[in-house]
Amino acid sequence: MTSLYLQSNNCVMEIRRDVFQAIADPTRRAILSLVAIQAMTPGAIAENFNSSRQTISKHIQILNECELLHQTQNGREIYYHLNPEKMKEIDKFIEPFRKMWDDRFNKLESIMKNYKK
Amino acid sequence: MEKKTKIHAEDDRHDLVITREFDLPVELLFKAYEDPEIVAQWMGTKVLRLENKKYGGWEFETSDANGNVVFKANGVIHDFVPNQKIVRTFEMENIDFAPQLEFLEFEKLTDDSSKLTMQIIYRSIEHRTTQLKLPFAQGLNMAHNRLEEIVTKIK
Repeated sequence: MTSLYLQSNNCVMEIRRDVFQAIADPTRRAILSLVAIQAMTPGAIAENFNSSRQTISKHIQILNECELLHQTQNGREIYYHLNPEKMKEIDKFIEPFRKMWDDRFNKLESIMKNYKK
Repeated sequence: MEKKTKIHAEDDRHDLVITREFDLPVELLFKAYEDPEIVAQWMGTKVLRLENKKYGGWEFETSDANGNVVFKANGVIHDFVPNQKIVRTFEMENIDFAPQLEFLEFEKLTDDSSKLTMQIIYRSIEHRTTQLKLPFAQGLNMAHNRLEEIVTKIK
């Protein structure tokens, strides 16, 4: 299992990542939301998604490279936590929240336009 | 293009204000909050209960594609004035987060446009920050998107 993670790590190491890129992806934001509540193993994280474990571990690696995650080893298991210090660096943290409401309201608007006479 | 939805959050306060202008008459904007079936559509959640009256309550529940409940929220309605305002609480279940208080104001701009102002008051600045920084709802939206994917496939 370890080698699998190393491989996916190598794949993504080539590209320079920053925190904004990291949080631009909805799956990665969802992962952050999950580990914000409690530390989780990659397997436990992957269970929350329909994507393959490999895809999810790639996302985890990206978040890890950007230091948005901390990892701790407990026996054979690796647990991922949110790194709140790094999250503080995201000065545009309001944007995802705004975007969420904007999406909802856009939807509201388009649904309600059907009721217009 | 100017952003339609704006969020005003000052550093030292534990509230925030979301504003949005709609190309909709205020009656239709309000209807989108009043009708449980419509709420379900744009919020992307199941509406278990929505009692639009003073002392009424509401309950939402969102499931993932496999039918597992991923999000549950509830609250009480303190004030409900059609086409004008809703005052309610919002609490997520199974998460150690204090409830928040929401003031929604609906305003007519022209016959065909309206404005929503939503003030959300959190228990503390920290609570507000956590809520903003960790876009929980994004994860929930994703669950919803997966649902949509499936529904689209069925169609």
